[in-house]
Amino acid sequence: MLSIVRSLWLVFLHMFHKRETVQYPEQKNKLTTRWRGRIVLTRDPDMGERCVGCYLCAAACPVDCISLQATEDENGRRYPEFFRINFSRCIFCGYCEEACPTYAIQLIPDFEMAEYNRQNLVYEKTELLIDGPGKYPGYNYYKVAGLAIGGKGKGEAENELPPIDVKSLIP
Amino acid sequence: MDEAIIDKLLIIAGVLGGLLLVAPGLIWLERRLLALWQDRYGPNRAGPFGVLIVLADTIKLFFKEDWIPPFADKFVFVLAPGIVVVTVLMSFIVVPFAPGVIVSDLNIGMLFFLANSSLGAYSIILGGWASNNKYSLLGSMRGAAQMISYEVFMGLAMMGVVLLSGSFSMHTVVEAQKDMWFVIPQFLGFVIFFIAGIAETHRLPFDIPEAESELIAGFHSEYSGMKFGIFFVGEYLGIILISAVTVALYFGGWLGPDFLPPLVWFSLKTLGFICFFILLRASLPRPRYDQLMEYGWKILLPLSLLNLVVTAGVVLVNKGI
Repeated sequence: MLSIVRSLWLVFLHMFHKRETVQYPEQKNKLTTRWRGRIVLTRDPDMGERCVGCYLCAAACPVDCISLQATEDENGRRYPEFFRINFSRCIFCGYCEEACPTYAIQLIPDFEMAEYNRQNLVYEKTELLIDGPGKYPGYNYYKVAGLAIGGKGKGEAENELPPIDVKSLIP
Repeated sequence: MDEAIIDKLLIIAGVLGGLLLVAPGLIWLERRLLALWQDRYGPNRAGPFGVLIVLADTIKLFFKEDWIPPFADKFVFVLAPGIVVVTVLMSFIVVPFAPGVIVSDLNIGMLFFLANSSLGAYSIILGGWASNNKYSLLGSMRGAAQMISYEVFMGLAMMGVVLLSGSFSMHTVVEAQKDMWFVIPQFLGFVIFFIAGIAETHRLPFDIPEAESELIAGFHSEYSGMKFGIFFVGEYLGIILISAVTVALYFGGWLGPDFLPPLVWFSLKTLGFICFFILLRASLPRPRYDQLMEYGWKILLPLSLLNLVVTAGVVLVNKGI
């Protein structure tokens, strides 16, 4: 009997406690920088598209929500002709970000993407591509890759030695 | 027309209108208070402090499909929700809100109140029976057993007040508390009456006929739309009724210091008890069905009999000397 009165009193005291509710639209929770939300395609510091159209993200995606078509520009540099993410399927697992070899695809701390029309959840490249490097400033895939491309020859990449003449025995 | 009749009609309209306005308001109050005691906000978007949630809820209930199951006993099914509201509203006839503000000061007021709250059990029984659903039937059987057994102690607890005031009329009972509220000489009676009252309104922690965790809403699991809404309103009216009767019998009804009018005193005290009802809901778990019965027959019945005998003895001794 006493325990009933005690629990009544303890619950009554909760009147003077701070409320836990976050009044969402006015008051927002802080999302951490690694929060997995909306997916974006980033650009390198020289404003070129980072995506090289390798299809690794589409292959890694467990729900098959990414579709793209790779193509090449006049310098032989690969880029996606179209890049489409169906966010009504996306489960925000982040596997595409893990699979991406060029840091092109990234998940950012934003989740407010509700739509009245389901079709509007299919994002094309125009919606996905942002004008910035995202989480990896200063990284340019083509500047560190050993690939000869677009005016950059073999051995001209960052931290790269000149190519070895394989036909010579001199060190 | 006679002025007295117009007066009576005004009082009836006031009581009816007031109750039917306050009962849905309690939905808002309950949700806000529960939220307060659980460190939440509750409904706070629609209108000032979320009061308009009541309107939104009502509109929602009106637009819901009012479905009668094909296997139900249609006439009884439709009748059942009405009974609870009618019986509770009938009980309010004898509740004295202020001197003169009473629909009818029956000389058997308390018996009338008891009779009507017993009739309220029919709503649960018929509702559960007509639903033709095993959970509903289980709920209504529990409800019937609970309400009938707690009715006994409720009546016995009230007899203490009757002995002290020498009248069954609630008006006289309130007048008799001029010197001392009956909660002091009849504290045990008050506790028993209030516990029985909670069981009578089948409110938490004694919501065994509903018991959503085991009986999926029990006797009203087949009800939808406005029929469910009427059960709901009936339950809140029941809370107001038990609170008002407790105030009238044990807490001096409209009596209070002069700076507030009697009606306000009555309403404030009633509101306090309504809040206590909600606090009970916020803090206590539901007992098992057999525990409830055991508690009633093995503890409350002897206690209320003891209370009655001692009160009678004291009254007798005082009269003799």
